[in-house]
Amino acid sequence: MIDIQAYIDSGVLELYVYGTLSEAESLEVSRLVALHPELKAEVEQIEAALQQLASAAAPYTPSNFESIQAKIQSKEGDGVIPLSRKRIPAATYLGWAAAVLLLVAVGYQFTEKQKLEEKITTIEREQILQEGKILIAEEDLQKTKALLDVLRDKDVIAVPLGAQAIAPEAYASIYWDKETGKAYVDVRGLPTPPKGKVYQLWSLTLDPLTPTSMAVLNQYDTDGTQLFEIENPNASEAFGITLEPEGGSASPTLEQLYVLGVVEP
Amino acid sequence: MQPDQLIARFQQRDESAFAELYERYSENILGVIYSVLHDQELSEEVLQDVFIKAWNNASSYNSQKGRFFTWLLNIARNAAIDKTRSKSFKNNKQNQNAAFFVDILEDKNDFSSKVDAIGIKKYIDVLEPICKKVIHLLFFKGYTQKETAEELDIPLGTVKTRNRICINKLRNVLGVT
Repeated sequence: MIDIQAYIDSGVLELYVYGTLSEAESLEVSRLVALHPELKAEVEQIEAALQQLASAAAPYTPSNFESIQAKIQSKEGDGVIPLSRKRIPAATYLGWAAAVLLLVAVGYQFTEKQKLEEKITTIEREQILQEGKILIAEEDLQKTKALLDVLRDKDVIAVPLGAQAIAPEAYASIYWDKETGKAYVDVRGLPTPPKGKVYQLWSLTLDPLTPTSMAVLNQYDTDGTQLFEIENPNASEAFGITLEPEGGSASPTLEQLYVLGVVEP
Repeated sequence: MQPDQLIARFQQRDESAFAELYERYSENILGVIYSVLHDQELSEEVLQDVFIKAWNNASSYNSQKGRFFTWLLNIARNAAIDKTRSKSFKNNKQNQNAAFFVDILEDKNDFSSKVDAIGIKKYIDVLEPICKKVIHLLFFKGYTQKETAEELDIPLGTVKTRNRICINKLRNVLGVT
């Protein structure tokens, strides 16, 4: 026989109602409560007080039972097969409608997808094209830079070639690096050679006048710069350009001398 | 009085019994949920979840293990604490301010007919700070004695008796003795 009052005073019944006892402790309290009406009365009073306290903490009276009822009923319906025949055609139509809708939606998505794919292909093609252009531009830039470096080199001598009687507007320039034996000839100022003719560049020594062929400028106008790189190991004192038959000549045709310039000593 | 008949019918899936139980317990369960969440919309949502869960698991209630109210309380606290981990709860900064149930009671003006409003107001006036904390943790948040002792830094052996004194005061002002 337990001391009922001491048991009540221990405060275990409050914790029992709170639900904070272990399962074993709760089972024990439940057993005793069932045996002793005094304990049961005490538990019910504690519970009544706590329910009032908890209700007071509710911000408002909760919504009525219908909202719960609607939810439990819709849930119960989930697993039930309807016996009513009326629902079958409705469901069937709905099914067909859904299928048609789906088909339309899929078809639409498919055409959209194709359009997008085409767009992507076009854009990719354009990109490749642009990349090619950039590559060419970079190469050009590099060439130009290299050329500019050459022309700016302190060892390079610039020799302007002046116009002769045959073409008073013509001009050309030679840039010559004696150290490396490289020369560049700029013929942008020469008229385009007639068909079957080419320009030929000559290195001249003046006393006595001896011409040496440096190059036949048969690549004229291929890249538009009209600037040619030529080996010049000669001890040139002057340069001249003549118009010659295709393939060039062994000695210059002096009547066809277009430009001429002397190397400054 | 615990409505044993009603609970038995509820366990046999009697909807009208369920409706009566809802009538009896929904407000106090909402109070517990709200004291954890401090958010009306979320609390209402959790309240509905709790009762739907109770309905779906009605057979799992066993009167030999405890009170029906206690059973609902445990479901409610767990659901409310689960909710505190949800995005919608965390996104609301207001929820982060931990409020005691007494703060809610002090702010509240209209009480339902189920509550002795005058008694509750009186109770708040006489309630010692330690009582507020003990009841907040043990009842509203479902802490164990050990967790409560650690949280409040008081001896484990005194938790139970201290709480008893606090609840006795409540019963006195409400006249439930």
